Amino acid sequence: MADTASADAAEQVLASRPDKAQLIEKLVAKLPEHVILHAEEDLRPFECDGLSAYRVLPMIVVLPETIEQVQIAMQVCYANDVAVVARGAGTGLSGGALPMENGVLLSLAKFKQILDIDTANRRATVQPGVRNLAISEAVSHLGLYYAPDPSSQIACSIGGNVAENSGGVHCLKYGLTTHNIVELEIVTVEGERMTIGSEALDTPGYDLLALMTGSEGLLGVIVQVVVKLLPKPERAQVVLAAFDDVRKAGEAVAAIIQAGIIPAGLEMLDNPAIVATEEFVHADYPTEAAAILLCEVDGTHAEVDEHIADVREVVEREGATEVRVSRDDAERAIFWAGRKAAFPAMGRISPDYYCMDGTIPRKALADVLIGIGELSEKYGQRVANVFHAGDGNLHPLILYDANIEGELERTEEFGGAICELCLEHGGTITGEHGVGVEKIDQMCVQFPPDELTQFHAVKQAFDSKGLLNPGKAVPTLHRCAEFGAMHVHNGELPFPELERL
Amino acid sequence: MKTSADQSEHLRERVAEAFAKATPLHIRGSGSKDFLGETVHADTLDVTGHTGVVNYEPGELVMTARAGTPLAEIETVLDEAHQMLAFEPPHFGENATLGGTIASGLSGPARPFTGAARDFVLGCRIVNGQGQILRFGGEVMKNVAGYDLSRLMAGSYGTLGVLLDVSLKVLPVPRTQVTQVFEHTAAQALEQISDWQLKPWPITGAYWEDGKTYLRLAGATSSVESACEKLGGDALDDDRAFWHAVREHQRPFFTTTDRPLWRVSLPPAAPMLDIDGDCVIDWGGAQRWLQSDMDAVALRRIVKEAGGHASVYRGDALPRFHPIGESIMALQKRLKKSMDPAGILNPGRIYPEL
Ligand SMILES: Cc1cc2nc3c(=O)[nH]c(=O)nc-3n(C[C@H](O)[C@H](O)[C@H](O)COP(=O)(O)OP(=O)(O)OC[C@H]3O[C@@H](n4cnc5c(N)ncnc54)[C@H](O)[C@@H]3O)c2cc1C
Repeated sequence: MADTASADAAEQVLASRPDKAQLIEKLVAKLPEHVILHAEEDLRPFECDGLSAYRVLPMIVVLPETIEQVQIAMQVCYANDVAVVARGAGTGLSGGALPMENGVLLSLAKFKQILDIDTANRRATVQPGVRNLAISEAVSHLGLYYAPDPSSQIACSIGGNVAENSGGVHCLKYGLTTHNIVELEIVTVEGERMTIGSEALDTPGYDLLALMTGSEGLLGVIVQVVVKLLPKPERAQVVLAAFDDVRKAGEAVAAIIQAGIIPAGLEMLDNPAIVATEEFVHADYPTEAAAILLCEVDGTHAEVDEHIADVREVVEREGATEVRVSRDDAERAIFWAGRKAAFPAMGRISPDYYCMDGTIPRKALADVLIGIGELSEKYGQRVANVFHAGDGNLHPLILYDANIEGELERTEEFGGAICELCLEHGGTITGEHGVGVEKIDQMCVQFPPDELTQFHAVKQAFDSKGLLNPGKAVPTLHRCAEFGAMHVHNGELPFPELERL
Repeated sequence: MKTSADQSEHLRERVAEAFAKATPLHIRGSGSKDFLGETVHADTLDVTGHTGVVNYEPGELVMTARAGTPLAEIETVLDEAHQMLAFEPPHFGENATLGGTIASGLSGPARPFTGAARDFVLGCRIVNGQGQILRFGGEVMKNVAGYDLSRLMAGSYGTLGVLLDVSLKVLPVPRTQVTQVFEHTAAQALEQISDWQLKPWPITGAYWEDGKTYLRLAGATSSVESACEKLGGDALDDDRAFWHAVREHQRPFFTTTDRPLWRVSLPPAAPMLDIDGDCVIDWGGAQRWLQSDMDAVALRRIVKEAGGHASVYRGDALPRFHPIGESIMALQKRLKKSMDPAGILNPGRIYPEL
């Protein structure tokens, strides 16, 4: 089977050698000089995103201040066949914003304004560089908030959230980014400005809003976002339930959902995560527990009372060894403190950690957690699990030390094995962090060639030259063949019809 | 009667054959939504024989079913487990299928509060225009591997692929439901509904017709009761039948005249538009049904200025869906081509260009 034109185009772009001095000249001719960075010390801060194991110094960084400047930068790059990697706050965990040494990094960091707050329609129009939390802060006095709340919300940008279709603790009840935006302004690869979606609840023609969300900067540059706002619940309360067995905790998650309750958030920490966070923030977590569940319910006062009683009954029936209910908002914050500090806490007990993101059916939680434990022994590396249990979205954190020769490579192999374990249980390799560069090989395991070819064809419809974030998110079939040659899955060689390179 | 038959291979062959010969296909379920969009003049590809619930585990909140499965059957199966399709899809006919429901992307009165059909799509299997069976998304709650082509299928009217199976997120049926009625003019209703939504109340329907606002509350018993207390209004008897009639266009407003019927989609708080005719308001203001003899171009101009779009449900105006801008159309044509290079899947159903 022939690879598609788009994949070929991307391969050409990846291998291209544009003339840096010439490109700077062309950009400076049309843009203010201070928005173009090209000295090494100015480029350095952009060399990686949240997946810091991967670093590349971009050829040039453009930091536009207006949509017109984004359009001009895109037009120049398009005319000169130069690749563009968009970047928000750079907190992405899959290397989606990893620069290219032969490409332009387009940072949206200066787009920091909230342009409009529309109370009557409960919406806010914001620039893409606005931090996720800044939206909720700006509308808090109106009793409103923006629901998707990635743990990185103090830092990550709404543009990055749209590009990744980010989730958060409260997405179990309130949905992901895709459920909470109504309109986008984008700049296409050719530099044209376009409106996607509308201020009504639907838009004639195809649902391009759904397609743009989660497209990892491969289909267009997001330059404006209209988000939905929700009324803040009257009250929220958390149940902390401890278990002496991971299996019981996993089953309790399924039981809560089965009881007809949709909690606002339902998170799990396993013992290594509990111990590490407890040492760090002293949230008074039971450090002897095999796992704890944090189950938040919200709504009106009466509703919260009703559901807290239900949740308590379910977790007790499922064998919880200890159940605590937050008495007030201060205590609720303490219950959450450990969860929120879990990633930095890992940074204290290990020089580096690698965060995985597979999602599985809830019923497979216990089996997959036990499977990850077995893999951890096999690879001789520690793992802590802290994750969105209610959605079945795992975040195994593999602890490693990049200074030890070969440990990063072993960690990545371990991570790949976790992805495949999730696939074996009917899951996906990524629930919210995206494929980026990190999980590109596992895409070959998740998707057969026909699906990958279809993805490339869709990309081609938006970006026929393959200039937007090439080499990310969707692997070429050649890459899959190479990966397959190294990696024989279940005794079957994937892509048997392709020549091995 | 529950039937189950996997005709994936047959459907794939039909498309592959049509692709080879470049002859178009008219993809059809029960035909309950034939009145939407434009008529496709082509051989019919009947999907009603491809039926059955493939996987349903209430604890996972996911159901996967074949596209030809009757919607009514799906709702019965869900109801037995006290679950539901929270986007409350209209049937518009006794034999409406799941495939037609998703392909047309229609949602009922709960839409602004619980989400649209596309919001509940988790994954699907399709036959693309080259006769390949492809699977996108999955049966898990969160999935960002690859472009979100499964949500794109919702509302694409079969023009991008023949749906084989769809995986949907389902939700528990609320424990309690009531509807309160208030006397309002249309303008008062719009303002009031907008204000109510600033409160954390479990609103799942907001409809206005002929001087009355109907507000549906559904959720935990305690929260429905406490919201009712604060809201006042008169309780509506047999509210389930009422909302069913709204959803299915069986209220007298829809059934007693033959004037052209428009669906006007607007930002919810948009004021009442200056268009001659009769109007009812659903979706808390975001979906307004209008009977009007006004010229289509003039009507659409007014709607567009208010930030919305208008499609024809009854009447002869063309195109039936609101025209879209040139560059967006060019992009949509390329997208269509990427999935259906020979242009054989329901050509012209949405717009002549697609
Ligand atoms: C400690 C920590 C916790 C996290 N917790 C969560 C979590 O709970 N849930 C979750 O979903 N994620 C989480 N993340 C991941 C990350 O924060 C999200 O993916 C976030 O949405 C990235 O936003 P960003 O602005 O940093 O984007 P970046 O990292 O800058 O970019 C991410 C991707 O989006 C593209 N992009 C960025 N801006 C634009 C734009 N304007 N137009 C087009 N493409 C663009 C980039 O090219 C790249 O592919 C976490 C990360 C960290 C470090």
